[in-house]
Amino acid sequence: MKFKGTDTYVATEDLMIAVNAAMTLERPLLIKGEPGTGKTVLAQEVAKALGKKFIEWNIKSTTKAQQGLYEYDAVSRLRDSQLGDDKVHDISNYIRPGKMWEAFTADESPILLIDEIDKADIEFPNDLLQELDRMEFFVYETQQTIKAKHRPLVIITSNNEKELPDAFLRRCFFHYISFPDTETMEKIVDVHHPDAKRELVRDALKVFFDVRETPGLKKKPSTSELLDWLKLLMSEDLPEDVLRSKDPGKLIPPLHGALLKNEQDVHLFERLAFLSRREQR
Amino acid sequence: MFTKFFFTLKDASVPVTLREYLTLIEALKAGCAEYSVNDFYYLARATLVKDEKNLDKFDQVFGHCFNGIEFISDAAEVEIPEEWLKKLAELSLTDEEKAQVEAMGGWEKLMETLQERLKEQEKRHQGGNKWIGTAGKSPFGAYGYNPEGVRIGQKESRHRKAVKVWDKREYKNLDDSVELGTRNIKVAMKRLRQFAREGAAEELDLDDTIRSTARNAGFLDLKMRPERHNTVKVLILFDIGGSMDDHIKACEELFSAARTEFKHLEFYYFHNCVYEKLWKENSRRHTSFMPTWDVLHTYPADYKLILVGDATMSPYEIAYPGGSVEHWNEEAGQVWMERMLNIYHKAVWLNPVPEKYWDYTPSVQMIKQLMTDRMYPLTIGGLESAMKELSR
Ligand SMILES: Nc1ncnc2c1ncn2[C@@H]1O[C@H](COP(=O)(O)OP(=O)(O)O)[C@@H](O)[C@H]1O
Ligand SMILES: [Mg+2]
Repeated sequence: MKFKGTDTYVATEDLMIAVNAAMTLERPLLIKGEPGTGKTVLAQEVAKALGKKFIEWNIKSTTKAQQGLYEYDAVSRLRDSQLGDDKVHDISNYIRPGKMWEAFTADESPILLIDEIDKADIEFPNDLLQELDRMEFFVYETQQTIKAKHRPLVIITSNNEKELPDAFLRRCFFHYISFPDTETMEKIVDVHHPDAKRELVRDALKVFFDVRETPGLKKKPSTSELLDWLKLLMSEDLPEDVLRSKDPGKLIPPLHGALLKNEQDVHLFERLAFLSRREQR
Repeated sequence: MFTKFFFTLKDASVPVTLREYLTLIEALKAGCAEYSVNDFYYLARATLVKDEKNLDKFDQVFGHCFNGIEFISDAAEVEIPEEWLKKLAELSLTDEEKAQVEAMGGWEKLMETLQERLKEQEKRHQGGNKWIGTAGKSPFGAYGYNPEGVRIGQKESRHRKAVKVWDKREYKNLDDSVELGTRNIKVAMKRLRQFAREGAAEELDLDDTIRSTARNAGFLDLKMRPERHNTVKVLILFDIGGSMDDHIKACEELFSAARTEFKHLEFYYFHNCVYEKLWKENSRRHTSFMPTWDVLHTYPADYKLILVGDATMSPYEIAYPGGSVEHWNEEAGQVWMERMLNIYHKAVWLNPVPEKYWDYTPSVQMIKQLMTDRMYPLTIGGLESAMKELSR
């Protein structure tokens, strides 16, 4: 069964090829791209499309590779021993399975998302090489081997905060999600807001891409902001041609606060709009 | 054919390994790209490229190796970069030409004509002299911008009606050999940060100590971990007052933004070459300066030295006492350079001038020699190599 996108996710041709290759060869898939280009939701959508279980491991700067395998809760054990709890004699009571363990022991091959891997220490990916390759690991405390019943499809996202180690990269398929072009964006909008008027969407997209071109923005609005903004526009029931206004007094699009989240950017944008208004006079 | 492709990629310094090549073959066998050459292109890309900065190189090599092979093409139609043309033209049009455009009915009309011309082109399946690329003959060639430089002209005349995906060169901006611009300054920051975080010292890890002590049935088990803050100390000298001020400024902003990442980061300015004075505020350079000797005495040898400048000057300014254009220097610039480099063994020179011009300027060669080749272009790639050199 192949992934072709879903009714809530638009997959470009190249993304489909990458996902399906990773699935066929059972190798991890590394996804990079600007924030908001749908990296995180991709794994969910693949799971949904293929009817598979979805397991999500969110990485933080303090996350250790070991935590994905299991953790030995020594502090609880110490406490139990102080309290004279009988549980203390069986060490397996203090082994807490991590997300990889969960993925390996699932009944059917699940989708495992390792989200924002670059947040962690530089060594993090290297620490997982063996486990991702062989899909098994050893639990010292209990002397047991956890081996994947079915190899999960591992999807890894990165925002490129850190370089990833070569050895790790060699094992992955890689896909860079480019910022959607107008056509793709139209489709994305369509799956989220199927009821939006075509005219409105077209006008909004034009404004959106224009705003993205504003030189000097700290944070360019992304897909999420566009979707939020559209939702607002739709709910406000504004006059049909509001985004097409040639009236220089209305150069600032309505509700632009939804597109630009950063105060500095809002100022910058307003100033530019003001300047071009003066020019037009 | 595939092997040639593989080696050409390597030659273009896309870091592909045998392992990835085998994966590609395996994937092809497994039928991951059965339907079209586009699929093959996507699959090869997902298998062989692991960093977006290499995507553009990949596209070029792909185009080079597989050109001329007849593809079952469902390639995308050309998109006319209308805005781009418009911008380009607006920039380079003289007033007279602008008037001509207006006389033709203004931009809208011009673009319309262009569209029609394209459609015509498609129908006729070949390039005639009506084509926008034929400067002089078509009305579009007469408007002062160079149509040869406009990519669609080129694309069209070579590939007629369709553009191959890889020929679109969509990933050009991600290549790291381009100059530092706002677009990739963020990436550069991350490189710097990474550099700053190296060489951290150890500190007591309280959590781990407690955990290990518990694990140890209550016997103390001390655990250490790398200190969060780094120990990297940097002394940066910027060449100021030249034609390269914009680049220097970009670089300056870059480092000051990374300031919190470094344990110590010190800035000074110089002009063209380092002599007996350095200063902190350019506006007050003549009244408030710091003798270079004092700087050398203030910052110990474990500082890493970064010089930023175009190294473009008269050779006299480097080689002779009194050679400076601004003041009388008792000692030659190279004496000062050597003096500094003798103290700071970890040193690099970042040059905003593109590397390909270095050979033509004797002073760049001289500085590079003084730096024992540790001169790097002010690009992401160059910055990366420089940081690598500093942390060796
Ligand atoms: N191709 C797409 N199809 C449908 N929705 C998308 C697509 N790309 C992004 N989105 C929407 O944009 C938002 C941000 O996506 P997310 O996965 O969080 O981005 P990232 O992880 O890349 O920062 C989500 O609401 C998602 O639904
Ligand atoms: Mg995300």
